Amino acid sequence: MKHIKTLNTKKLQNTVKKGGCGECQTSVGNQSCENK
Amino acid sequence: MVHQYKNNGYNIVLDVNSGSVHVVDDITYDMVPLFEAHTKEEIRDKLKQSYPESDIFECYEEIQALAESGQLFTKDEYEDYIGQFKDRPTVVKALCLHIAHDCNLACRYCFAEEGEYHGRRALMTFEVGKAALDFLIANSGNRRNLEVDFFGGEPLMNFEVVKQLVAYGREQEKIYNKNFRFTLTTNGVLLNDEVMEFANQEMANVVLSIDGRKEVNDRMRPFRKGAGSYGLIVPKFQKFAESRHQEKYYVRGTFTHHNLDFSKDVLHLADLGFQQISVEPVVAEPKEDYALRQEDLPQLFEEYDKLAAEVIRRQREGKPFQFFHFMIDLEGGPCVAKRLSGCGSGTEYLAVTPWGDLYPCHQFVGSEPFLMGNVTEGVKNTQLQKEFKQCNVYAKEKCRDCFARFYCSGGCAANSYHFHGNITDVYDIGCQLQKKRIECAIMIKAALAEDDGQL
Repeated sequence: MKHIKTLNTKKLQNTVKKGGCGECQTSVGNQSCENK
Repeated sequence: MVHQYKNNGYNIVLDVNSGSVHVVDDITYDMVPLFEAHTKEEIRDKLKQSYPESDIFECYEEIQALAESGQLFTKDEYEDYIGQFKDRPTVVKALCLHIAHDCNLACRYCFAEEGEYHGRRALMTFEVGKAALDFLIANSGNRRNLEVDFFGGEPLMNFEVVKQLVAYGREQEKIYNKNFRFTLTTNGVLLNDEVMEFANQEMANVVLSIDGRKEVNDRMRPFRKGAGSYGLIVPKFQKFAESRHQEKYYVRGTFTHHNLDFSKDVLHLADLGFQQISVEPVVAEPKEDYALRQEDLPQLFEEYDKLAAEVIRRQREGKPFQFFHFMIDLEGGPCVAKRLSGCGSGTEYLAVTPWGDLYPCHQFVGSEPFLMGNVTEGVKNTQLQKEFKQCNVYAKEKCRDCFARFYCSGGCAANSYHFHGNITDVYDIGCQLQKKRIECAIMIKAALAEDDGQL
């Protein structure tokens, strides 16, 4: 794109079905999911 | 919902509900606020004084493509989902063990009041700690990763019990197929080679308390008789950080009204050779002379901007350091469920006093209305547990429509309680600082992406 550069491809809405395993560390903005 | 801002020469557009971050040119920055409420022709008429028509239509198509791909103007459809998620049975996955309610320093801002937490001095016995680990395992359900933080007071005043509990945890994790992640916080006074060697073997993270410049640190972190602690702890912390290969630790300080120029403290710590740094705003009652005030915010915002620019500069010069509150993972961060439910205080995360009482987190310890039970009988105050379980971003009026909600999870329940008397409000000064830090953190990502040729 000429006018817009997107920094990331991950979309939060895609984590709804697979998310919520609870195995990540207690915190939220900087941690990484350990169960991708 | 879209949040857009300018920082350090970058035009940044954050699509809040997808987490997509866009760095845009001026025409896009001006068009985004118009896009949802106007037709293409109306937008052209509004912008044609400033931009060529061909650029306007080209930009419009790009915005439309991102909206169609779920990366711009994404709707928030998570509220029902998080409600269902929080209805699941409660398990405990993390404990903060108050291994010592005693301290060899007398830090002026300490919420634990010289380590005693509004109560008496006490050291946790091995028997109480063992019962706490047993409680954690028994209440962890099918969670495998469990966390135990050795906290105080000053944990090294009870180091023998720390070692015994780690050994016990390592035995039990094999039996129950669990994985203990032990962490330790220390003021450094009793730090020695034996502690370092043990921590490097067993502690997934260590937090080393120091506020920054000597005069800043020693003003707020004196020994009980008044002498400063800086000279004693700095060489030990430097040795410890090197022994951990400059990772899996933080030097962690607090800034107050007395050092609003706190970026100098962060850079002082970086100049001492530390690469993992957190210097955080004090949370204190307004009556305290060191408490942060609303009128301090403009200067603090400037300090964060200065610090962000310096983080970028040092990264480019090959002398990088990490600043805890500027760390953000735009690509691999946690799921929506985690982002909206927060730290888990009072449910998944509990604090344990030296005599085995359970509290929602370390900042509630000693406040009797928040006593939840004890490690031998478990959680008795299920009503309180329920209140904490329902405490998520959507339960807080100030957070529901905030752009930062997926990065801060609604803030700290303890801070809310201490300032407003309930756990579903927010600590307003902390909230404003948090939003500024998120903006800086995303800007740093943009600058470094530009260096990598991504922009």
